[in-house]
Parts: sequence; structure tokens; C-alpha cells
Amino acid sequence: MADKPKVAFYWCASCGGCEEAVVDLNETILKVVDAVDIVLWPVAMDFKRHDIEAMPDKSIAVAFINGAVRMSEQEEWVHLLRQKAQMVVAFGSCAHMGGIPGLANMNTRAEVFDTCYRDVQSVENPAATRPELTFVIDDHTLTLPEFFDTVKSLDQVIDVDYYLPGCAPPPDLIWAAIEAILTGALPPKGTVLSPNKAACDVCPRKDSKPDKIEITEIKRPATHLADPDTCFLAQGFVCMGPATRSGCGSRCIEGNMACRGCFGPMDGVYDQGAKFLSAFASVLAPKDEAGIDRLLDQIPDPAGTFYRFSLPTSLLHRRKGGVPV
Amino acid sequence: MATATFEPRIVAFFCNWCTYTASDLAGTARLAYEPNAPVVRVMCSGRVDPQFVLKAFEQGADGVLIGGCHPGDCHYQEGNYKALRRFRLLKRVLTQFGVDDERVRLEWISASEGDRVQHVINEMTNQLRRLGPWQQARS
Repeated sequence: MADKPKVAFYWCASCGGCEEAVVDLNETILKVVDAVDIVLWPVAMDFKRHDIEAMPDKSIAVAFINGAVRMSEQEEWVHLLRQKAQMVVAFGSCAHMGGIPGLANMNTRAEVFDTCYRDVQSVENPAATRPELTFVIDDHTLTLPEFFDTVKSLDQVIDVDYYLPGCAPPPDLIWAAIEAILTGALPPKGTVLSPNKAACDVCPRKDSKPDKIEITEIKRPATHLADPDTCFLAQGFVCMGPATRSGCGSRCIEGNMACRGCFGPMDGVYDQGAKFLSAFASVLAPKDEAGIDRLLDQIPDPAGTFYRFSLPTSLLHRRKGGVPV
Repeated sequence: MATATFEPRIVAFFCNWCTYTASDLAGTARLAYEPNAPVVRVMCSGRVDPQFVLKAFEQGADGVLIGGCHPGDCHYQEGNYKALRRFRLLKRVLTQFGVDDERVRLEWISASEGDRVQHVINEMTNQLRRLGPWQQARS
């Protein structure tokens, strides 16, 4: 028991889907449990912060951390895990690039609080109560973690060794990563543990893509039913495949849903949203300003669409100044 | 926010065949204009990856100017139409990021329009002087 490598799983700003992904290993999880000692897994096991603090530095072989960093408590936890673990793997889109919670970077903390504690129709808050860092009641001081103005990816807070992309990472990639770690067959530090090819390259609908795509109408899943066998871009749907790394097993495509870009960009791309924007704009048909604008009006939230999973790691990281558009 | 001494830095991406040649002509004709927009020569405005524009802002530019051939005049037939489509879409995204309208500009300037280079750079520089630095626009 004592000889087995120690593994920690931790979650930050996430939905729990990454925990599901680990459980989705099914029978393979028994192999994982045989091979390693799990020392931390808040969703499934009862270990506390003081248990980890009591461990010697670098005594954990690998920490899998999912979720974006948006609160001070998460920041403290990831620093602690970095100190105790030899290797840190950013697990899933949120740890990798900020993910869905990262879309909050289009707003300020004050705007998020106004929405959550004032504007939402189901909220009744006449005293205008907001989360406070400290609160004194009956001589007791209660504290809450700080909610940051800007959401960060894991590598914007601590040094990260590897990235397991995806919302959530598929079981085959998770198992391949664990096997690579156990056998020491690891690629260079900083590698994204998924093939460095565009999703289009392995898309089951690849053969239906015409030589030249010319979009004359932009369709959305809410307004149009997609043909189940034809390239989404050729049909006029926003499909992030050209600017997204493969390895996902085309799960969304098989479910007749266009790619949303959760695996992030290929190596060498600084900004997934801009890269997709570039590809998408080039296949629009109109050549005049009015025609282009009429088409673009059919994308209500371009930044939120193109940066759905990668806003915190985009070149601009967040909205600066101005008001939400 | 803007001060009398603030000098904006504008990154200008000019296409080899039209706008860059026009800026050369402006030089030969000794047309003086503001020195705030160092030029990056690209073979076509269609080569301007939207990442370049974002990278410029990330690195502290106060504005980005893209210059290409007039519609129908592209040396590569279609490049400037691609640039136009990317630009219209990028503008929308940049607005969401809080980048002011005046900070990003696309201009069609042919090889013979040296005076237009002078006019556009002077105008944009003056607009950005009034607007102030981009870095300070952070929330």
C-alpha cells in the first residue's frame, strides 16, 4: 500500500462533470485504484485540507485539478497541491483554459453580484445583502473566500505540467494519461495530452465537406434542425472544428451538435477564438459590408460563441472597461 | 484620462501591393505625417490574422490600422474580401471586449493614394490622442 504512487483529485470552479468523467472509466477505475493510492478526492472521499497539509512536500505523485480558479479558497488549494505534488495535470477545459466559468470575464464581479443577488427574478433581497469576506454575529466572526473579479485558468495561478483537455475529458484519454504517468512514458512538459490535429481532420462528416464552403445563412440549433450527415459549416452552423484539437471522439458531432471548441486550439495557436473567427469569416459568402453585417447579425454573441471555453486564456483575457454588449 | 503629452502607438498592417506602396509614395512625395504608426508589411490584407490584432493590443498598442487594396483590386483576387469579413466580425468581438471603435480601422488605400495614407494616419493618431492609452482603459 505504502509503495503505490499517491494521487489527488481536486475541483475548483467546475460543474462536477470532470468527476463524472473519472467515474466513467467504469471497470477501468478498478485498475486505477489497484495501481495508486487516492489521497484526496472531495467528491468521493473524506480527506480534509489538514490531511494534505500534513503530508511532506512532493509526496503526491500527481494531482489532477479540474475547474477554473475564481475564488481565493481555490487559489490556496492549488498552491497547496502544487507544493505537495510532483506533477500537476490541468484536468478538463476549465482548468486548461478557464472554460464556461471563464465567460464571467465578460463581466465584472459587481455585475455578477448584481445579477445573482438583485436582478434575477426569483431573488428577493430587500436589504441588498451581498457576500462579505467577514461577518460578525454573536461575537463570532464568520469568513467567506473572496470572489475574484477575473476568472483564471490553472496555469495562470500555478505551474502546470500537463493538460487533459475536454468538457469533460473522455475516459480513453484519462486512462492513457494515467498509464503514461505510471509507466513514465511522458511527453515534454506542457504537452496537451490529445492529438495535435484539428477536429475536422477526424470528423465523421469530413467527406461531406465541399471543396469550397460559402455560407449565405447562419443557422443555430435553436432555429434549425441539422442534417445528420452533412458538414455543419457547409450547412451554415457555427462549428469550431477547424480551430479545435481532436481527441474527443467526435461525441458532439455523433449527437448531431456542432463542435463548440472544448478541446482548445492546436499547438502554436495563441487565441482559439480569433483563429476560429478568421476561418469562419473567410467562408462567409457576401463581399460587401451590408451583406456581411446582415449575416453577422445572426450571431447574437460572437465573443461568447468563439471563446466559449477559452476566454481567460485568450490574448485579452477579459472585457476591459466599457459595458457588457 | 487623455493628456496633452500622450502619444498613441498604432500598429499598421499594410498590404504589399497597394497601401504599403502608397506609404512609399507618401515618402517620395515628402508628405509629412505623424510618426505614431510603424508599418508591418504583409503580402495581403487577407494575411492579417485576427490574432495579430489582439496580440498588438495585448502588447500595449493603442490602435491597429489595416490597409489593403480597394475591393476588386486585390493582387490575389479575394484577399481583401476575406480581410473585410474578418474585420467586420472582429469589430463585433472587440466591442464586446471593451475595445473602443476608433482603435481598430480598416482602410482601402491604392498604390497611388499617398495623400490618403497621410490623412488616415494623422486622423487616427489625433483620435487616439484624445481617447487616451488602451492600457489605462482596463476596468
